[in-house]
Amino acid sequence: MSVGRTQSIALSGLSGHLVDIEADIASGLPALVLIGLPDASLGESKDRVRSAVTNSGCGMPPTRVTVNLSPASLPKQGSGFDLAIALAILAGTKDVPAESVASCVHIGELALDGRVRPVAGILPAVVAARDAGATRVMVPAGNRTEAELVPGIVVVAVASLAHALREHGADITVPEIIAIESPHHSEPRRPSRDLSDIVGQPDVVDALVTAAAGRHHMLLLGPPGAGKTMLAERLVDILPDLGPGESLEVTSIASLARISETRRLVTRPPFIAPHHTATAAAIVGGGSGLVRPGAVSRASRGVLFLDEAPEFASTVLDSLRQPLESGDIEIHRANFSARFPANVQLVLAANPCPCGNAGVADSTCVCTPDRRRRYLARLSGPILDRIDIQVPVSRVSRAHLFDDNTPRMTTKRARAKVVAARAMAIERWGHHRIDATELRSGKFRLAPNVVRTLDAALDRGAVTMRGYDRVLRIAWTLSDCDGSTMPSADHIGRALYLRQGVPA
Amino acid sequence: MARKDELGRWGETVAGEYLMANGYEVLDHGWRCRQGEIDLVARSAGTVAFVEVKTRRTLRFGHPLEAITPAKFTRLRVLAGEWCRIHRVHAGAIRIDAIGIIGDGQVVGNLEHRVGVIE
Repeated sequence: MSVGRTQSIALSGLSGHLVDIEADIASGLPALVLIGLPDASLGESKDRVRSAVTNSGCGMPPTRVTVNLSPASLPKQGSGFDLAIALAILAGTKDVPAESVASCVHIGELALDGRVRPVAGILPAVVAARDAGATRVMVPAGNRTEAELVPGIVVVAVASLAHALREHGADITVPEIIAIESPHHSEPRRPSRDLSDIVGQPDVVDALVTAAAGRHHMLLLGPPGAGKTMLAERLVDILPDLGPGESLEVTSIASLARISETRRLVTRPPFIAPHHTATAAAIVGGGSGLVRPGAVSRASRGVLFLDEAPEFASTVLDSLRQPLESGDIEIHRANFSARFPANVQLVLAANPCPCGNAGVADSTCVCTPDRRRRYLARLSGPILDRIDIQVPVSRVSRAHLFDDNTPRMTTKRARAKVVAARAMAIERWGHHRIDATELRSGKFRLAPNVVRTLDAALDRGAVTMRGYDRVLRIAWTLSDCDGSTMPSADHIGRALYLRQGVPA
Repeated sequence: MARKDELGRWGETVAGEYLMANGYEVLDHGWRCRQGEIDLVARSAGTVAFVEVKTRRTLRFGHPLEAITPAKFTRLRVLAGEWCRIHRVHAGAIRIDAIGIIGDGQVVGNLEHRVGVIE
């Protein structure tokens, strides 16, 4: 008899695809048939749509309704198509002007009483709609603030299906209802923490600032109680604010990872510290059907902190190798794949041995040499090779505790230093990561007398070729931190120390 | 006869009149055998239609056509074969129709005829 059309968005990872939804109101017995690769939660959409349409005062057509989601080969999941399906049907039955419905993208889940429920991932979905050329998007009222973060597209927030019909110009009375809001997550109050809280560890604080400036991965090795966690938590505070693109990316992942309203763009880098019992799926992302971003994606553009790193399953640690190298992660399932950003700065913390006392003055390690070796061996290999900065953290003595004379680095000063150092690096190299060969042979090649100690280390076999490149990178970062134009022999020496500070 | 059966009989009469008014020849109505009952059998242009009629007073519990289940049609399909065998009718084509009536036993509010509802 007639066909109603509209559009919605299917998300896979952070990228969204425009989905055409057509509803054919045909002759035949009353039935609602949904085709086009829906998953279970989308299949249930039929029953939600039927109830919502009936309870909005329109009534389902007593005929056979076939709803097609196209492209048919793209798997579709979740409840965000409800609103679009209902409106396509009602456009087909001429309950609402079809042109208005066809020209708008709709996202939202329907409650049985016809209200529109908020859904996860509105931010990436609205971005995808805008990038696909849509000019108008209709979203649940509970997602309004999140959708409005995206510039360049008209956002219409609706509280109910009747409200949506009215917005499209239907002659319908909109009942007075209370819109369904997103569950409100109050930000956990973070205790104030400052870099100046750290006493007696000036070397480690310097290493922290260097790591922040060059986004170098870091290993903190020390006995329990030395302050490794405290240091790692303060690293994220000295990182500069996120740029506009990074900010949208981080907010999109936050929107996708949990159902809570994202009220404003995230401007600070995230800090994610998963427990060491985490599975590979929890770290890299996964799930059957709906693929969720893992810790490495939620920490993208920020810090991923693995406390007690040797306690993590070795498969979990090894699953980080590829994202550390490429900066994103692609998760494959039988019939689709999802790509998430995974541009993290990795910080590992470890005890020197299972009992934690190896190498600590005034205490005795009770581990056998074999156990000690095995413990740290869980970290070694490819992962450890990617860690630029390895610093020993020692216990603080009482003398340090009451030493108020030495000036300590504050978070504010450290962040200013990091921002300045990064600005220098960007001015020199641009935004892309510089190739290692350019550092060795291009115009950034250092004078032979500067790199003499490093060359000697290479000759001795103390560093590998990859290690050589890493030391050069750290030296450049150190020189940026000091505000000098070129690394000096001193910078090379310090870089070598940071790279090899931990006897493996 | 119960009130609901009375309404059903009335609906079947209304449906039969409707079919005749639309050029059908009604061959049988209320035909029963062991497997069940066929409400109406009608012929038009060489095709024999087996019609299930459903009548309701209001739309409060949904449209009458919604109340006809797939199981009912599967049974109708079997009954159609049985009817053809017993009556020695070798129809060129047969099909299953449904008629939904909303009415109170005197006045017809709405009548919908769905042609060929199962493939």
